[in-house]
Amino acid sequence: METVKLTIDNKTIEVPKGTTIHKAARELGIEIPVLCYMRLDDLNIENKPAGCRICVVEVEGRRNLAPSCATSCEEGMVVRTHTTRVLNARRTVMEFILSDHPKDCLVCAKSGNCDLQSLAQYLGIREIPGEEIAEMSTYRKDTSPSIIRDLDKCILCRRCEMMCNTVQTVGALSAVNRGFMATVAPAFEQNLEHSTCTYCGQCVAVCPTGALTEVDHTAEVLRALADPAKTVIVQTAPAVRAALGELFGMKPGTLVTGKMVTALRALGFDYVFDTDFAADLTIMEEGTELLDRLQRHLSGDKSARLPIMTSCCPGWVNFFEEYFPDLNDIPSTAKSPAQMFGSIAKTYFADKIKVDRKDLVVVSIMPCLAKKYECQREEFSVNGNRDVDFSISTRELAAFIKQANIDLNNLEDGEFDAPLGESTGAGVIFGATGGVIEAACRTAYELHTGKKLERIDFTELRGLQGVRSATIDFDGLPLKIGIAHGLGNARKLLDEIKSGKSQYHAIEVMACPGGCIGGGGQPPHHGNSEIIKARAAAIYEEDRNKPLRKSHENPFIIKLYDEFLGKPNSEKAHHLLHTRYFDKKKKIVVKH
Amino acid sequence: MPKINSPAELSKHKKEIREKLYGQEKILIRVHMGTSGLASGAKSIYEFFREELEKRNIEATVINSGDMGYSFAEPTIEVRLPGREAVVFGNVDKIKADEIIEKYIKNGELTDGILPANYRSI
Amino acid sequence: MAKERIQIMVCGGTGCTGDQGEALLDNLKLELEANALENSVNVVKTGCMGLCSMGPNIKILPDNIIYTGVRPDDAREIVSEHIMKGRRIERLLFTDPGSGEKLATEKELSPHRKQLRIALRNCGIIDPESIDDAIAHDAYEALATALTNMKPLDVIKLIKDSGLRGRGGGGFPTGIKWEIAFNNKSDVKYVVCNADEGDPGAFMDRSILEGDPHAVLEAMAICGYAIEAAKGLIYIRAEYPLAVSRLNTAIRQAREYGLLGTNIMGSDFSFDIEIKYGAGAFVCGEETALIHSMEGDRGEPTVKPPFPAVSGFREKPTIVNNVETYACISPIILKGSEWFSSIGTEKSKGTKVFALAGKINNVGLIEVPMGTTLREVINEIGGGIRNGKKFKAAQTGGPSGGCLTEKHLDTPIDFDNLIAAGSMMGSGGLIVMDEDDCMVSVAKFFLEFTVEESCGKCSPCRIGNKRMHELLEHITKGKGVPADLERLKNMCHVIKDTSLCGLGQSSPNPVLSTLENFREEYEAHVTVKKCPAGKCKDLMEYFIIAANCVGCTACARVCPVGAISGERKEPHVINPEICIKCGACMEKCKFDAIIIQ
Repeated sequence: METVKLTIDNKTIEVPKGTTIHKAARELGIEIPVLCYMRLDDLNIENKPAGCRICVVEVEGRRNLAPSCATSCEEGMVVRTHTTRVLNARRTVMEFILSDHPKDCLVCAKSGNCDLQSLAQYLGIREIPGEEIAEMSTYRKDTSPSIIRDLDKCILCRRCEMMCNTVQTVGALSAVNRGFMATVAPAFEQNLEHSTCTYCGQCVAVCPTGALTEVDHTAEVLRALADPAKTVIVQTAPAVRAALGELFGMKPGTLVTGKMVTALRALGFDYVFDTDFAADLTIMEEGTELLDRLQRHLSGDKSARLPIMTSCCPGWVNFFEEYFPDLNDIPSTAKSPAQMFGSIAKTYFADKIKVDRKDLVVVSIMPCLAKKYECQREEFSVNGNRDVDFSISTRELAAFIKQANIDLNNLEDGEFDAPLGESTGAGVIFGATGGVIEAACRTAYELHTGKKLERIDFTELRGLQGVRSATIDFDGLPLKIGIAHGLGNARKLLDEIKSGKSQYHAIEVMACPGGCIGGGGQPPHHGNSEIIKARAAAIYEEDRNKPLRKSHENPFIIKLYDEFLGKPNSEKAHHLLHTRYFDKKKKIVVKH
Repeated sequence: MPKINSPAELSKHKKEIREKLYGQEKILIRVHMGTSGLASGAKSIYEFFREELEKRNIEATVINSGDMGYSFAEPTIEVRLPGREAVVFGNVDKIKADEIIEKYIKNGELTDGILPANYRSI
Repeated sequence: MAKERIQIMVCGGTGCTGDQGEALLDNLKLELEANALENSVNVVKTGCMGLCSMGPNIKILPDNIIYTGVRPDDAREIVSEHIMKGRRIERLLFTDPGSGEKLATEKELSPHRKQLRIALRNCGIIDPESIDDAIAHDAYEALATALTNMKPLDVIKLIKDSGLRGRGGGGFPTGIKWEIAFNNKSDVKYVVCNADEGDPGAFMDRSILEGDPHAVLEAMAICGYAIEAAKGLIYIRAEYPLAVSRLNTAIRQAREYGLLGTNIMGSDFSFDIEIKYGAGAFVCGEETALIHSMEGDRGEPTVKPPFPAVSGFREKPTIVNNVETYACISPIILKGSEWFSSIGTEKSKGTKVFALAGKINNVGLIEVPMGTTLREVINEIGGGIRNGKKFKAAQTGGPSGGCLTEKHLDTPIDFDNLIAAGSMMGSGGLIVMDEDDCMVSVAKFFLEFTVEESCGKCSPCRIGNKRMHELLEHITKGKGVPADLERLKNMCHVIKDTSLCGLGQSSPNPVLSTLENFREEYEAHVTVKKCPAGKCKDLMEYFIIAANCVGCTACARVCPVGAISGERKEPHVINPEICIKCGACMEKCKFDAIIIQ
């Protein structure tokens, strides 16, 4: 590899050609502050528009300061990162940025987790010169079912735009207007709701300020809890337990399953259940559907199309409904685990505890923002009563726990309630990319072959590569599996299917890079992919520690079929646990 | 027009064109019709010359061209009488145009408002 | 046609009339009358002859003799000797300071003219919609020469040797740019013409495209031949409909003639040109922004390197040159690099087109050799300051440039001297300001343009310029404090130092240069809250000089707000609390009793 030698702050370093000054400095232990720049190493995601100009440094022989995030090291370069000229420039630029940013940190959703706030503190800004005559750029606030855009707080880092266009290929957001009024918005400054947005929430996940936040439903949840007439039950998604601790100062990757259960109980939920149970149920339905379609396809039934694609991710469902409505018969018809949970909770469980569904409130704690939209879909309600009433994110739950003065760090571990809290390791790994298909393989293998699966860990399906493939030997039948996380990667697989070139029998897609652990409702990763990796490790750890690791071995699942559903893909199961998809090529409606 | 298939053909064509455009004893009037000229009314001057020269039975070619850069004196026109240096007139309105036809084009007599070539060219 | 009679052209340019040219004209007429020649000799007053330093000048037809330095008293001798006896008056002929020779005719005097047209050579001379007229004026001759006698590297060497630098603003050596693109091997390369002219007041690119489109097409083809590209793109703002239409006509004609397209003039070289339209964003004149705009993306710049010559349009090696730069190419091929490099200064070769604007008599386009001084441009070509006012400053480089002041009047104008003087060449806008212009307002004006035209990508340009503009507004309203000036200066330096592209890096120049050259004017605004030029409305007060006021009441009657009071035949008074500073009173007063303070 070609390398170059340079000097940064009087220290010499040799780095591969093409390395940025910022990266080289970091290797020397010199931290140059950044704002717009973001890099998720293992996910191959990088945002470097060089727009904020905070990371500027002095390069000898250069007329002006250089953005260290976007300037490559060159042989013999002499760089100074913290001279008075640089410090003054950084401070002045920061004063500029702050002069056009609201000062409502007290009520801002991002407060305490805001990159801009931290940077202002780091740079020691105590006043903003000229503030009294400074006009602010103001924009219409836009609230969609999942995401709120408050562009007064936008600092034009363009991370959301990069996520939406380059990573997710959704194309809902791009820079609009010029100069002082430049901002990032859907085409024609439409509301997000009228755009191609899938509510994947990746824009929110990377936003350094409070410009993009989730629609907060904690107030509604609180009111339901406070209402004595309501029975309130909660389900928690697998990825939540692997990240919640971060918001309480714990190391990324710390599992807080038990503490979370105790906290939820302390918050007043009547029953604390686990979405993992519904994930096991999903495997039963989806796995059966897979085997059915596979067998019919292999026996020459032309109506049985392959590959089958997973359907647990609501961002992904929105994506193919928007961009590939002609492939609506490809994904599994199985509802997502969260919605299966709601459906079973408001039928089987409601009957069991003799509560009318109207008085039963189902809350889901999700790492996801698209879930907020998903539970509002009309097809997921009965006479206007939703199967899942409210979906709140990991971040909202953390805030809620703090409000209630619950010290998560020092809680005893609690256990999920029965029966909707019982799950296997297969349900847990839904939280990481590749997990759903691994869980499906564990069950489908045994159902298909009738043999006991010896090697439970399909490590070939794990990892962070954007598109992965593996062939699993189903006792002589080579099952070809494809995995994509990030919608841009999913698009590649869909394009293959569309052109008839797909080799796969089954494909798992997760909208968010890393899967649910990297979801739009998770604690901010601040551009550190190590955090995402740690969460994945935690998920697999929980799986390993479970006594049961195959969905079809979950005793309550067996009981549920015996008592209530009959068998997988039965008529009743279809009615309660399956759904259909729509053509959502949204019309562009010009209205504000 | 057939294609020019070699540099030699270009030279030949150039020679023929020069003869055709500039070799004859004919009055040539260029109205400078770039955006600056047009904005000052060059189009009506162009039409005025076309119509009036025909009416007054003066055989002349009237063509348009880009501006010369005399923004302070638009519209400007250039008149080439056979055997003489081209003369540029500035601030040409219809009254001035009439005077140019009657005095200069008919009699070769200069009028006020000439913009002498104040530059050299290559 | 009547036999050609004698005609005397008397230069009516400001330089000459100011130097008794009017009296000379009168005397000539009187002398002719005295000799009963008024009907046989025609005397006319002309526009500037462009030999101002030698004036007053006259030219006598049909002899084509030019007399320089003619005094009114010389009229008698001119009539008696030249007109009546046909004898040249040797002492009135211009003496070449070098050779001592007497120069009489236009042709002989030509080398002494201040203006030299290379880029504008055919503008106004040919019919831009006729490829034949262009060919008659040597169009495509240079392309033919290149294709027959030169290898691509020969062309590049020639352009390098000529010393031609980019006319779009940066002044990067054109030949070196071409060489970089040549050395970057690629199956596809592009030649782009930047016709996104955006500096306020500059219109040389438009004029060239409207007047001589084939000059640009030919040069792009030559560039394509040199860097081994087959595709040309002209990025032109849609607000130039005439230029667009003439370009389209020219491209169509060139294709018909086989001068664009496959196997040009029977050679192996193929090249075609397509037009791309811009929506008129100033920042799209920046080459990376221009390329993104052509690719269909938002027109905003990206970090360089990579430079377009390495990775440009669709990530292929791309040459982006400005219209005027291309317009210089063919003459260099035909006349040689030595010819071109003999014109201009040591590091800036050839000529530059300027768009003269502002408080100058002859506004318009001029083309002068590099190294011409501002004084020559203003006085000898521009016809001096309007209404005999005093020169104060000249802004070059448009909103990216700075102002040149009296002390720069004799500085030879070239790329490097302008930068040294705190300004820049830019695309060649030259706006002249006189004593009535407030330099704080001038800086504010240019900054307003940048604020409007910033793409918004980087924070110093997006927000910083806005804040500077607000502060200038504050100062011109009389609300500034002395500390604001230091703050302004810091903002200027940081915005220059940290902005992403040339727009932001140069946007503080008008502020910095006025702050440096006219500091006292800024100080007057922030300390005594006065605008010395009397331009800032909020800082002026109308005042009646009691000694001059006769009490005619005209001012009181015209005042729309009743701010003026006073008894008839007694001095009147303006109440500043009520006065809206409309100036109606001052216009009405016949006794010069009302002044602005």
